[in-house]
Amino acid sequence: MPEPTETRYAYGEALLELGSQRPEVVVLDADLYQSTRTVLFRDAFPERFIDVGISEADMVSTAAGMAATGLIPYCNSFAMFITSICYLPIRTQIAYPSLPVKLVGSSAGLTQGPDGASHQSLEDIALMRILPNMAVVSPADDVETRQATFAIADWSGPVYMRLGRYPVPRLFDEGHRFEIGKATTVRDGGDVAVFATGHTVCKALDAAELLARDRIEARVVNVSTIKPLDEAAVRQVAGEVGLLVSVEEHSIIGGLGGAVAECVSGMANTPPLLRLGVRDEFGESGLADELLEKHRLTGRLIADDIRRALSGHEHRSRKGGGYRTKVI
Amino acid sequence: MTVSPDRLAELRSKAAELRWHIVNMMGPNRVHHFGGSLSAADIVTALYFYKMRYDPHNPDWSERDRFVMSKGHSVPAQYAALAMLGVFPLEELATLKRLGSRLQGHPAMHETPGLEGCTGALGEGLSYANGIALAARIRGLSYNVYCLLGDGELQEGQVWEAAMTAATRCLSNVVAIVDRNRLKAMDETRCAKLLNPLRERWASFGWAACEINGHDMAAICDALDWADEQTRQPAVIIANTVKGKGVSFLEGQPQFHNAPLNEEQFERALGEVKAAFATTENR
Repeated sequence: MPEPTETRYAYGEALLELGSQRPEVVVLDADLYQSTRTVLFRDAFPERFIDVGISEADMVSTAAGMAATGLIPYCNSFAMFITSICYLPIRTQIAYPSLPVKLVGSSAGLTQGPDGASHQSLEDIALMRILPNMAVVSPADDVETRQATFAIADWSGPVYMRLGRYPVPRLFDEGHRFEIGKATTVRDGGDVAVFATGHTVCKALDAAELLARDRIEARVVNVSTIKPLDEAAVRQVAGEVGLLVSVEEHSIIGGLGGAVAECVSGMANTPPLLRLGVRDEFGESGLADELLEKHRLTGRLIADDIRRALSGHEHRSRKGGGYRTKVI
Repeated sequence: MTVSPDRLAELRSKAAELRWHIVNMMGPNRVHHFGGSLSAADIVTALYFYKMRYDPHNPDWSERDRFVMSKGHSVPAQYAALAMLGVFPLEELATLKRLGSRLQGHPAMHETPGLEGCTGALGEGLSYANGIALAARIRGLSYNVYCLLGDGELQEGQVWEAAMTAATRCLSNVVAIVDRNRLKAMDETRCAKLLNPLRERWASFGWAACEINGHDMAAICDALDWADEQTRQPAVIIANTVKGKGVSFLEGQPQFHNAPLNEEQFERALGEVKAAFATTENR
């Protein structure tokens, strides 16, 4: 197995390869091309690369104009900026006419780290997910990032892809097939199901290992497309386990947990849903691992929270009997 | 190039017809953007009937010149031009902003044939026009992109981001036109942010800039021709206009930015634009 790597590196390399295959792919950046790794594309295809400077709204509107004439623009910045400062043009000029602009937000989530709350996007999934026509993709490792970089070019509408600068282990071999709109089970188990996305898939797998020592079998589902959500998969899982858990490096409001809650809300007899993530607060400066610890997003702390929820759930079961939809 | 008197007379007649369509499609007792649509009427006429390479039978022609209505609330002027050209039926104009209509209150490119983008949230259109212009360079096409902005819209910061991008990239295929009617939604633009010296400001951003009377058809056509000659930098035409131009009691009145006309006002407005059109036809 290779060393853990940041998904942005696989993206930069895949984008370079995509550029050589697809002449209609153009890349825009807002003065972060080293960080976003679009520098590789810039050096190879300078005539199809535009650094607009520090003006994200100008970048996405420009990309919309390019997309309207048949090009496939990939816009790049930190997740924080590309989903917020340019939200209005994304909404009006890209999502509304469903133009094939690909918005790629790197350094997403808490693990952006020392720069603090101003740079830590904990709302980006929610902001993008609520826009009609917008797909939201959040790959879990380098293999999936590479495949997703190609797949979103073939998706006819706009896409937001969330990447990170936190080293994650390789989870998939080359036989893995990323498909927009498909969730995949990466570990089987019948007691609890953990829906995870992006960086948190590896953390959820760590948690499942720890739980297995206590004879709790956790199924881990990689939700690498948050929109369109694989509702069939979520509903099927919900019917087979005693507890649902969502884990994300994002606010527990409106992101993966929100999407899962919406999906199961119409089902009868669904198990409780434990939403793990950042609890409606801003981030702060710190090392990535310190921040994950503080927000209880390490394997050990995720396992602890699941154990606690299971014991509470058993308590409820003894009292009332049967599952009721409950969002914890 | 100087435009011939006959051609100018024909264009003035088109502009008068376009104003008649604008008022007529809006009708009485409904809230509409009368002022900005009428101030832009001569400019839109000159673009569609004089300047742009445009085939109404093939509105998706890849080499066509593009028009981006950045001041999206004035799209009724563009709807009128497109209908007069036959891109969609004239009768459809009366469906403006009605439920189920292809003619939305602000431009919706995926709904209306002939529109090049979605605008309406002010400040975004010039960046979008730049994107279309950059695509021409990448795809080896030679069209121009015309972008109409309101002067109030220039108070949005993104316009100036786009102005810097166009100048930095030497986008000589971009022509911005400012409908300088001096009014924004509530009152005069200068009440909130001063724009002058406007021509000098654009020039300082690296644009070739000229200033004209935006209701003088000869001046508009000459300025559009002048823009063609700017081969090293983007060009901006600051067109001084009167909001509500063509309907006497709407002219210069900010309360008619987005407001209804009652039956009596509507009949009076329609009468004025009809009479003006008849005059140009009977010349």
